[in-house]
Amino acid sequence: MNLSPDSSAWIIWPVVVPLLGAVVCFLYKKKPRLAGHFFAVVTCGTSTVLGWQVLSQGVGRHLLGGWSPPLGISLRADGPAALMVMMTAVTGLGITLYSGGYFQSRLAGDSQDHRFRAQEQSFWPLWLLLWAALNGLFLSGDIFNIYISLELVALSSVGLTVLSGKPPSLVAAMRYLLVSLLGSLTFLLGVGFFYKAHGTLELAVISKALAPTPPVIMALALVSVGLMLKTALFPFHFWLPPAHANALAPVSAILSALVIKGSWYLFYRFWQGGGLLAAVGIVPALLGSVAIIWGAFQAFSQQRLKMLVAYSTVAQIGYLFVAFPLLVDSAGQGRDALFYFAISHSCAKAAMFLAAGTFFLQLGHDRIRDLAGVRQLLPVSSFAFALGGVSLMGLPPSGGFIAKYLLVSKAISQDLWWLALIAVVGSGLTAVYVFRAVSSVLSPHLLEERPLLVVAASMQWSALALALLAIVLGIMAPLPLALLEVT
Amino acid sequence: MALSPSLLYGLTGLMLFVIGLAALFTSPQLLGKILAVNIMASGIFLFLITLAHGSGTLIDPVPQAMVLTGIVVSVSSTAVALALLCRIEAAARPPAHLPKKKDEARQG
Repeated sequence: MNLSPDSSAWIIWPVVVPLLGAVVCFLYKKKPRLAGHFFAVVTCGTSTVLGWQVLSQGVGRHLLGGWSPPLGISLRADGPAALMVMMTAVTGLGITLYSGGYFQSRLAGDSQDHRFRAQEQSFWPLWLLLWAALNGLFLSGDIFNIYISLELVALSSVGLTVLSGKPPSLVAAMRYLLVSLLGSLTFLLGVGFFYKAHGTLELAVISKALAPTPPVIMALALVSVGLMLKTALFPFHFWLPPAHANALAPVSAILSALVIKGSWYLFYRFWQGGGLLAAVGIVPALLGSVAIIWGAFQAFSQQRLKMLVAYSTVAQIGYLFVAFPLLVDSAGQGRDALFYFAISHSCAKAAMFLAAGTFFLQLGHDRIRDLAGVRQLLPVSSFAFALGGVSLMGLPPSGGFIAKYLLVSKAISQDLWWLALIAVVGSGLTAVYVFRAVSSVLSPHLLEERPLLVVAASMQWSALALALLAIVLGIMAPLPLALLEVT
Repeated sequence: MALSPSLLYGLTGLMLFVIGLAALFTSPQLLGKILAVNIMASGIFLFLITLAHGSGTLIDPVPQAMVLTGIVVSVSSTAVALALLCRIEAAARPPAHLPKKKDEARQG
């Protein structure tokens, strides 16, 4: 380690600050919103500093309390990890601002606010705990610590899912919890096999030394299945749409934009070494291709806007996996495509779920047929929804376009024509279901219904900011790509 | 191949994992599914403990630390699952005290 202790010790702050914030929000029940905003801004700041440090000084590594592995806990921040932390910070800040307006509007709109107040008191600690767990997951250097972070992410997401209190969301949360536990236990068994094979828990060592011996193949299979379950890759996607669509508006955005990226990122970490990719990298790509097409058809046939957006997540998860055969050579373009899909999907999907949640709050329903004319009430949110759709479709100059461009050109250069074809066909299918929703949202009909309550301005503008960011990501591509180079 | 104690325990752990997995998919009740997940976790812990004896006479402390932490995680997630189960049961059946209150109102 040639880093000065000061700079490497900075790694702990993106984990410690939201954790502290969760405790403060839990104890300070009078104004959890104020504390939540404060800690979200500080977390965002520390994450930005970490990103800048990794970009300027290279990979950072820190041993907690000076205890060295295997018994101590090591944190490691390289380019991909720092990019994911930054993605969580920016999307998380947007969602935090939205949540403030969301709870404020609901409390102002209903005088019998006991239930809403209780929801808000539980929301802020759980959200900050989830943020801390996600950052811990991205920055962990050993795979057992990653298992703990995975469980923390799952438990706090389940807590957030049940907040709405409706029976369908309770049942969806139970299914989510059981699937998640199954996934993390399978992962833990894989961790055991890895330890047996390598005698170490360090992720950096394990992902490089993937010699195809029986215990390693067994371990990688178990870990991969566990993570695919948690990421909801086809055919393991069945739990995702009800859990994401029945949650509160900010929670849907958190689950769809951030939580699934955690387990996907780990999947990438275990496969990045490339040893077995040439042989079996086709499996995640095939499942991803089916997910793209199946998810798009399901999204098209939905009657509710939030279900449509949730099935669109199932389809977009497919894109996160199709590029895995492209990781075999070390040029890095396949990796760039994967991560660009992840960050632009995060911004775009958060914007779409937040806008859909605003429609729901304003009208009391989200039936796509009856949304016509909503743009008169909520012009900014409608525009944000449409812009998010533009990035999902991959129209230039959005972030989604850069991701698809990288993917298609790399696939063609490796003679994987079917992969390029799937990516393009998927774009077309995305356009079909996005147009179906957007044409309803932006149609010039007059709305007969009265709005239920006054929507706070921050709810509309935070969604627009995230949607604009998804577009701007296409223009500022060199910066995230430079960060990814630090490995 | 002689069946050494650590191999026997390891295989038992894996069998417990598979039994729990089967029960998770076949059990019709939610409580059964939660217990199935617990059995899977116990199987994994047994398997991890046998790793400590893997090489030589020295006992490796790392798997033992993993099992201790894993038990804590398993207990917490079971608690969350059981609390969620109670909420689902409460939402599924109409509150028991409501008809009683009606009777009281009539009497009064």
